[in-house]
Amino acid sequence: MILVDEFRDRDVALRIARVIGAEARPERSYAFMEFCGGHTHAIFRYAIEDLLPANIRMVHGPGCPVCVLPIGRIDAAIALAGQPGVTLCTYGDVLRVPGSHRRSLLKAKAEGADIRVVYSPMDAVKLAQASPDRQVVFLAVGFETTTPPTAVVVLEAERLGLANFSVFCNHVLTPPAIAAILDSPEAQGGALRLDGIIGPAHVSAVTGSRAFARFPRDYGQPVVITGFEPLDVLQAILMLVRQANAGRGEIENQFTRGVTEDGNRHAQGLMARVFESRETFAWRGLGQLPASGIRLRPEFAAWDAERRFSLPEPEAEPPTACRCGAILRGLARPADCRLFGTGCTPDNPIGACMVSSEGACAAEWAYGRARHRGKETA
Amino acid sequence: MSNRLPPGPAIDWDHGRIDLSHGSGGRAMAQLIDELFVAAFDNPILGQMNDQAQFDAAPGRMVMTTDSYVISPMVFPGGDIGSLAVHGTINDVAMAGAVPMYLSSAFILEEGLPLADLRRVVASMAAASREAGVPIVTGDTKVVEKGKGDGIFINTTGIGRVPPGIAIGGDRARPGDAILVNGTIGDHGMAVLSQRESLGFETTLKSDSAALHGLVARMIAAVPGIACLRDPTRGGLATTLNELATQSGVGMVLDEAAIPIRAEVRAACELLGLDALYSANEGKLIAICPGECAADLLAAMRSHPLGAQSAIVGRVVADADRLVVMETAFGGRRIVDWLAGIQLPRIC
Amino acid sequence: MCLGLPMIVVELRPGDVALAEYEGVRKEVSVALLAGDVAVGDFVLVHVGFALSKIDPERARETLALLAEIAGLEAR
Ligand code: SF4
Repeated sequence: MILVDEFRDRDVALRIARVIGAEARPERSYAFMEFCGGHTHAIFRYAIEDLLPANIRMVHGPGCPVCVLPIGRIDAAIALAGQPGVTLCTYGDVLRVPGSHRRSLLKAKAEGADIRVVYSPMDAVKLAQASPDRQVVFLAVGFETTTPPTAVVVLEAERLGLANFSVFCNHVLTPPAIAAILDSPEAQGGALRLDGIIGPAHVSAVTGSRAFARFPRDYGQPVVITGFEPLDVLQAILMLVRQANAGRGEIENQFTRGVTEDGNRHAQGLMARVFESRETFAWRGLGQLPASGIRLRPEFAAWDAERRFSLPEPEAEPPTACRCGAILRGLARPADCRLFGTGCTPDNPIGACMVSSEGACAAEWAYGRARHRGKETA
Repeated sequence: MSNRLPPGPAIDWDHGRIDLSHGSGGRAMAQLIDELFVAAFDNPILGQMNDQAQFDAAPGRMVMTTDSYVISPMVFPGGDIGSLAVHGTINDVAMAGAVPMYLSSAFILEEGLPLADLRRVVASMAAASREAGVPIVTGDTKVVEKGKGDGIFINTTGIGRVPPGIAIGGDRARPGDAILVNGTIGDHGMAVLSQRESLGFETTLKSDSAALHGLVARMIAAVPGIACLRDPTRGGLATTLNELATQSGVGMVLDEAAIPIRAEVRAACELLGLDALYSANEGKLIAICPGECAADLLAAMRSHPLGAQSAIVGRVVADADRLVVMETAFGGRRIVDWLAGIQLPRIC
Repeated sequence: MCLGLPMIVVELRPGDVALAEYEGVRKEVSVALLAGDVAVGDFVLVHVGFALSKIDPERARETLALLAEIAGLEAR
């Protein structure tokens, strides 16, 4: 496929892996964190770790915006969907995310709540126009990639004077999450050593690579903005190895075909017009992170579901054996969790990492087990 | 045939709609049955106009299957709920290696359904049954109040006979067997999805809906020792292979590069974040046979119009965990699990 | 990640909408985020029905050439 298949050439991949092997210094090790779940998925799907020398380790970060949705917000969405006259629209990934007491939007739908899956937020606006007797609430999730489309539909609702449409905003920002990991006691104390970060391509298409420049500057961490095909990831690993070898900490852009330093200024402007920062927002597995979430500005209160509906206070999260928090911070692996594959599977996920196919536990479930099996029988 | 009825108003096929009288057992119902169903399905057994079909039993082992059809939209590229109901049930009979003989059809109609829509569906059902050579010999019609159905639900039952010497079942796969499919997978699911107004995308994709008994007859003639046959409908190839692996107590290894998938299906899946391995098929079958017969079976399948793109896609292995594993085109291995919940379009 | 697909614009339609194609699949997408800077034949990165940015095929070719060069260096 145009601009896609060329970046999946196995022969080129093997050759680049050999270059990585040749350039990685045997006397040291390398730990690189891919922030984004899309990279986690690509690394598992294309078995990239099998191609890498043993002294390069990939740490799977928290970058799946669906997985990091906290229990309290899911509970609030379920409560919202249960209010009379409300139709809740959201993306398909969100439906299986577990709230408290193992409830989910999918279960709420089965119990009769009017919950619809949309492909685009525009579809939610169209639904509101077509059903004037319903209150259509769009449950918005996602990183900077998914936020500008939400801004567009809020402005569209304003333009149309749509009184029966609102947005339950759960958009979060990626740089504060990366900062939280780099600031964590484990990273500061040396328990989690990182030699570089694979940065998200599609987020950066909006924000520009500039949004990640503070990590080389303030933490000395090399960052490479990277596409999601296997050759993209391998090239980025090579770039990180070269930076680490040279003792450099710079921001580099592997995904030049879609990312510039500035990003999409127009989209950034729309985001700034519609949204403002929250003081703090909870991430599943990472806890409260300052200035990591956004909400609608007061001018758009008429389309802000949080202001229009009364939502339940989040319950205290019950203690759990789920190790997602440690996994998302690179401190544990899925197999370290005693629930992995027993109490927790993609069919019945307990933690965030098992929910989306991008979560580290789900990826390990689909690919990791097969890899180990392949090695045993080979 | 209508001459058995007392006189009454003619049916307005262009503007009329189903109302509760069409299910009441009265004159309107008899008129609908006569003028629509009996006329369209026209065959001697149905023409006896009894509440049951009477026919002579075939010698040997018989098979019977039933399936209900609910699909939205009712009409999709490459078929409609009527042709689907015929093909699907014929295929369930054929997957035992059996020759389908008769079908029944039961309709549950929602009040308010345009008669023109019903007539179209019945005509396509009749055409599918005639083309397949499997008559619809008995049926039933019920009408539910508006809001209690979704236009048309159809249940079809099929009866067939198994030729002597054929023993096909989902529990018969053994390590060393080969796994074959008769063509591109995921076409039906994606063609139907393309019509959903909320997802709406344009493609030239068509449902693969087809009756497979002719292909099966050719296959068992070439390789009578076929172990398993199954049509990967709902849940797609992945789910059906997991069913077979579980039933037979074996593992399977698939070769991603060998699985035929149309470029448009692959593209639609990438667009929506879906997986073609879980997308429904209505004219596909999975065949498992001893490894040494695979080449003969493949040749027989490819010689039939419904098997031109057949391929050997994997092999059966010993595995106490009964896992289906795929060797990816890129050299990785992934577990092809049962479908977790339902397939939904994703953002990430 | 955020699923994103490089699609080619085949038709501009009124109301900041374009028809975009990927391997025989066509879908209406919003180009409201591109501020008018889009033409038929452009590649755009599509996410949740919105074109987020343009994809530069020239840059893609440069990346592929660089990858080939890295791969070739080693083969020598
Ligand atoms: S396996 Fe499940 S419970 Fe364990 S860490 Fe992963 S998501 Fe949490």
